[in-house]
Amino acid sequence: MTTGTLLTPSTAPAPRRRGLRSWYRRGGLASIFFALPVILVFAYFSWGPIARGLTMSWQKTNLVDPASWVGWANFEYVLQNPLLGQAALNTVWFVVLGLLIGFPLPLFLAVFISELRGTKPIYSVLSYLPVVIPPVVAILLWKVFYDASPTGVFNTILGWVGIGPLPFLNSPTMAMPSLVLESTWASAGSTVIIYLAAMASVRGELYEAAELDGAGIWRKIWSITLPQLRGVILIVLLLQIIGTTQVFAEPFLFTGGGPNNATTTILLLIFNYAFVFGDYGAASALSALLAAVLAVVSIVYFWATRRWSDA
Amino acid sequence: MSRRAARVDDAERGIVSDFDRRRPGVRVPLTLAQGLILVGLVIAGLGPLLWLAKAAVSTTQDIIRDPFGFFPSGQILLENLPIAWEKARIGMFLGNTAIIAIGSTITTLVVCLTAAYVLSVLRPKWGPLLNGAIMATLFIPGVIALVPLYLTVLDLPIFGVSLINNYLGIWLPASANAFLILVVKRFFDAIPRELFEAARIDGAGPLRVFLLIVLPLSRPIVGVVALLTFMASWKDFLWPLLVLPNPTLQPISVALSKIADTTPLNIQIAALLLALLVPVALFVVFQRQFLAGVGMAGGTKG
Repeated sequence: MTTGTLLTPSTAPAPRRRGLRSWYRRGGLASIFFALPVILVFAYFSWGPIARGLTMSWQKTNLVDPASWVGWANFEYVLQNPLLGQAALNTVWFVVLGLLIGFPLPLFLAVFISELRGTKPIYSVLSYLPVVIPPVVAILLWKVFYDASPTGVFNTILGWVGIGPLPFLNSPTMAMPSLVLESTWASAGSTVIIYLAAMASVRGELYEAAELDGAGIWRKIWSITLPQLRGVILIVLLLQIIGTTQVFAEPFLFTGGGPNNATTTILLLIFNYAFVFGDYGAASALSALLAAVLAVVSIVYFWATRRWSDA
Repeated sequence: MSRRAARVDDAERGIVSDFDRRRPGVRVPLTLAQGLILVGLVIAGLGPLLWLAKAAVSTTQDIIRDPFGFFPSGQILLENLPIAWEKARIGMFLGNTAIIAIGSTITTLVVCLTAAYVLSVLRPKWGPLLNGAIMATLFIPGVIALVPLYLTVLDLPIFGVSLINNYLGIWLPASANAFLILVVKRFFDAIPRELFEAARIDGAGPLRVFLLIVLPLSRPIVGVVALLTFMASWKDFLWPLLVLPNPTLQPISVALSKIADTTPLNIQIAALLLALLVPVALFVVFQRQFLAGVGMAGGTKG
């Protein structure tokens, strides 16, 4: 209402001044003042780059000459990369393995920990401890663990039970599962805590009602706990899919994409396009493609799970 | 937050009823499972850290030849830690990391608190528009902005300066965090409106309301946001790798990834130990706030 009066023609000065003053008194100027930081940082470091990322996909940029429009050339160039198919498969494999290991484990731990009485904090803290370790530290440490010699840390343990020695990161088939194992170790704890928080709001009367109907412990978990958590589970799963699709640090630091490109992911390709070859157009095109795939996956995911997600 | 925490504390009943807990058929397997899972968690959560602590004061030969032996060569090299601190310059890198993390925390707090104040308390006409524009970024995969964000920092539009090798190039992008704004906004939404009305009637302007009412009330949420930001900043790798090519400015994560080829293994491992002391100590001291913050973050996502 106040900005409206501001725009009225100057033939009516009195109402405008009153409008201005009341706008000021209602905190109009203060709103702008307080909104400035968020507007500036988002314009510069979020909205701007997102918009620029979309336009750059159709441009050729070398930072010296002004950018020129090149149509779909960047996309064609990126799609013709013989490594793209392999990188896409590797990324999907990382995501799928991450779900296979990383979905049941935190759920099981959370259901179990929620049943503890006094010892709950010990279990929560131990589960979350790996999450606070900086990823680079964790990866470099696990790289030592994965040492392929018979006296490597994991190979020594496996030797006690008569397995191995295994090649881990040196083998094209074992490298990816090794990466997923580390990344699950590093992230499962935060999922446990999220599930635990959600579980605290499951009302006890539901369990009492189920007991009156003769439900046992497993039946209560299956028919009450899990359905009550489904909203959180669905979101956590989607966020995990989106996050693991953009995996970078693990392949970059563990293997550099090897051996034999077995751990080259899409993000590694994007990184190489942009920061090794300086081809920002190609990097943006591949980023846009990946973002588009993720958007489609999210939409399909919400559509496919709509029946369960209704609270 | 406090309501949820209270609910956890007075331990409303869970899946297993008190009656079941007294039955030996339930109690024995439950206790057994508790023990087994505790052992598993200690091995998985604490085991790597204990091994790291031992290896950090071992000789390289001991680490490679017999990783689980108790100092087979008989040498305990406590000097590994000062060597890593001085020669591998871990002390300097940790100092850089602290500067980066503290700066990011401050910029993030300023942006989050002011933005949430506008969106939740001042509520101008264009508030919903701003809110929508901020929250929309939550749904856009980060990868799409990585390369253009780098180019933005390389040559800041309008200002025409480069933030490469400048900590502002890390502090400012870190503060554009829609998720934390959402967390703070939800907290502000729960403050009774009468407080603001009363202050306004007493003649307090928006700035005084912010400084004298909102800030003192938001101490718990400031703590949560500060912890989450500080930790995330301490863990960050890819962005500082791009923005800070100058080795004397780099944080510990970037430095560790580069010293691998030039440093003996035991000194490297000593460096890893030094690198995780601060985050682990922070977590141990503030574990309640941490776990509450992460749980709350999950609740907001859901």
